[in-house]
Amino acid sequence: MNPVRLALVRVLVVLTLLAGTWYVGWRWLFSVNWSSWWIALPLVLAETYALVDAFLFGTTMWRARRRPQPDPAPDEATVDVFITTYNEPVEMVVATARAAQRIRHPHTTWILDDGARPEMREAAARLGVGYVTRSEDWADRPRHAKAGNLNNALFETEGEFLLILDADQVPEPEILDRTLGYFADPEIALVQTPQWFSNVTESDPLGSQAPLFYGPIQQGKDGWNAAFFCGSNAVLRREALMQLGVVGYVREVREAVEDALDAAGRIVRRARRDATAHGPAVVAALDAVAAAVTTARRRARAGEELGSVTYDFRRAVDAASRALVDADVAQIRADLEELERMSEGGPVEVDEELGLPVVDDQSLERLAARDWSPLGALQSVDQLVRAVDVDRGDEAQPVMPLATISVTEDMATAMRLHSLGWRSVYHHETLAKGLAPEDLRTMLQQRLRWAQGTMQVFLRENPLVQRGLSLGQRLMYFATMWSYLSGFAAVVFIAAPVIYLCFGVLPVNAYGMEFLQRFVPYVVLNQLLFMVVGYGVKTWRGHQYSLALFPLWIRACWTAAANVVGGRPLGFVVTPKTRQARTGFPWRLVLPQAVAVVVLVLACVVGVVRLWTGTAGSAIGTGVNVVWVVYDLVVISVIFEAARFRAPDNHEEVAVHGDHGQAGG
Amino acid sequence: MEITARQEAEVQVLECSGRLTMVTARSLRDAVEQALGAGPPRLVLDLGEVGFVDSSGLGALISALKRARQAGGDLRIAAVTEQVRTVLKLTNLDRVLRPYADVPGARDGW
Repeated sequence: MNPVRLALVRVLVVLTLLAGTWYVGWRWLFSVNWSSWWIALPLVLAETYALVDAFLFGTTMWRARRRPQPDPAPDEATVDVFITTYNEPVEMVVATARAAQRIRHPHTTWILDDGARPEMREAAARLGVGYVTRSEDWADRPRHAKAGNLNNALFETEGEFLLILDADQVPEPEILDRTLGYFADPEIALVQTPQWFSNVTESDPLGSQAPLFYGPIQQGKDGWNAAFFCGSNAVLRREALMQLGVVGYVREVREAVEDALDAAGRIVRRARRDATAHGPAVVAALDAVAAAVTTARRRARAGEELGSVTYDFRRAVDAASRALVDADVAQIRADLEELERMSEGGPVEVDEELGLPVVDDQSLERLAARDWSPLGALQSVDQLVRAVDVDRGDEAQPVMPLATISVTEDMATAMRLHSLGWRSVYHHETLAKGLAPEDLRTMLQQRLRWAQGTMQVFLRENPLVQRGLSLGQRLMYFATMWSYLSGFAAVVFIAAPVIYLCFGVLPVNAYGMEFLQRFVPYVVLNQLLFMVVGYGVKTWRGHQYSLALFPLWIRACWTAAANVVGGRPLGFVVTPKTRQARTGFPWRLVLPQAVAVVVLVLACVVGVVRLWTGTAGSAIGTGVNVVWVVYDLVVISVIFEAARFRAPDNHEEVAVHGDHGQAGG
Repeated sequence: MEITARQEAEVQVLECSGRLTMVTARSLRDAVEQALGAGPPRLVLDLGEVGFVDSSGLGALISALKRARQAGGDLRIAAVTEQVRTVLKLTNLDRVLRPYADVPGARDGW
């Protein structure tokens, strides 16, 4: 962004925020109609949400930068090109791999096939590219989708740098020449380039190109050293990822071992209560294990290395178990069978979505409440600790560099890299071309996944409180997450004018001149800012979708919260890779929006009639609300266009993939 | 990186020399696999001649620890150099895998 434009943007940001704060401040202090608080309060909250959104947008744009051309790439840099695939058509992956082979800078190309398909292996062999599938370590362990795929490949390869490509992202030959130069700075861990789709029409009804995000917004984040990883079309430094993995490993082992030792103590105490009935040998054995638990916990808290703490503890449990073998054998056998049956629902559940060992309290209660034979109790203790021990038996590999806390692993990984002090770069040049969803259903599934993933990160590793991030970085990550809350505001922005036009219920004290004086400048300045920022960039689609998809955003927030807080599975939606059969207008997908449109139109008619017959309170009020309704209608209309849209049939290959973007793109 | 294995009582000692980095991590992995197949699964890695370790090298140590535990044994590191000690501290890995002063010290714990 040239200096003149940046200066203009900054001026507009300041003016917009001043006008906005003046307006919203006035609203809170003087203009909320508390007697209709049930609509007035949500409305002013929604407007405050929009003001915060504007503030975050302004902050993002404040340091928007276009980086100068980097140094040429060093010849000796070794690069692994990873093409991730699960069930995309083999021909698509082959096309990408062929293009990858043509990348000029010396590199090794690998196809990472999570589907382990024999046809793909053959195709890779014919092409002469590497082929990686999950090692046997992954059998019966959480897969972690793409993050797991990449984590697995990291341990099979050796290149200093990694170029990550989705199956459909066809790279240009100069992609490495243009990006490796940035890594001369030893603190750079990531260079992200735009995602651009070659199968998108001019009007882009599905809003697939995200020119605002892969443009001013990432450039803005870049200015704050917060440009984040979008899952594809990025080059990463292996050292940074591995460091992340090692640090994460240590943290997770410590937490899990602490939890497991606590649980072990409870199991043993429980068994101890009935132990006297079984004889003095049993009592002695359980006492020995209880003492071992206490010692282990003390040593762990004192910071002693967990390797020997857990090793010594397990040996103590083994010794005590051996001492009990001579006890009541029949009882033991019965209990062990029970334990085996219960091991599906044991206290160390591995969460399907996260793969993190979770000591499940309810399960633990069940376990501890049983009348175990002493040996059974010890066996369950051993099982517990074994699962979370330093070798992380519950996971396929102990070191997982790419974050697995969310279905969108990319943003979480970038945030962790930033919090360790690494820096990132956004390189604004299209160096790979991919394929966007070609129908509404697929697009919705993709956006739902991104939204859920982002909200999962928000709830699990809130950027506002993570250690190691700068203030700018916190705001930049938070800005993306904040934008996904727009669904709630959208519902209010639809309901408020309808309620006024139909029932005359005023959410504000008056719609008179006072209101317009403050509201209009704010809106005008906001639009001007947007126009200057987005000059030459098509931003209307993104804007439409941030409101038009309100049912999706709400569902994403709701399910993500249920998942993080309540442990409910997300109902993971796999984006289909082939064109969906034409089934007529997909009403079910757009039902809420259709209802909203009908309601809005009716409200408009009713409002005008009321004005005509003199029952309406104020002409300005009706006018404002009718304009509001028309605006809402124009914005929501995009979804119907998208529902009707079918891509031109000159595509033989239809595919879906694509990665990050903010709500609305 | 060069790795030579020898057996001392119930323990196998792997003497490493060179650099443990993303390029040589594989050779450590192979050496550990071989040792676990050949003798008792208690391994001490003598890192006295290892001048440099990067994060991939640390990852290889963690994987080696996992393999040893899976085989019913354990793994310890001994005689680390200054750079290695620093890296272990920076990543907190020393809280899981303590660097012992020398091979006899590492063996004694068992």
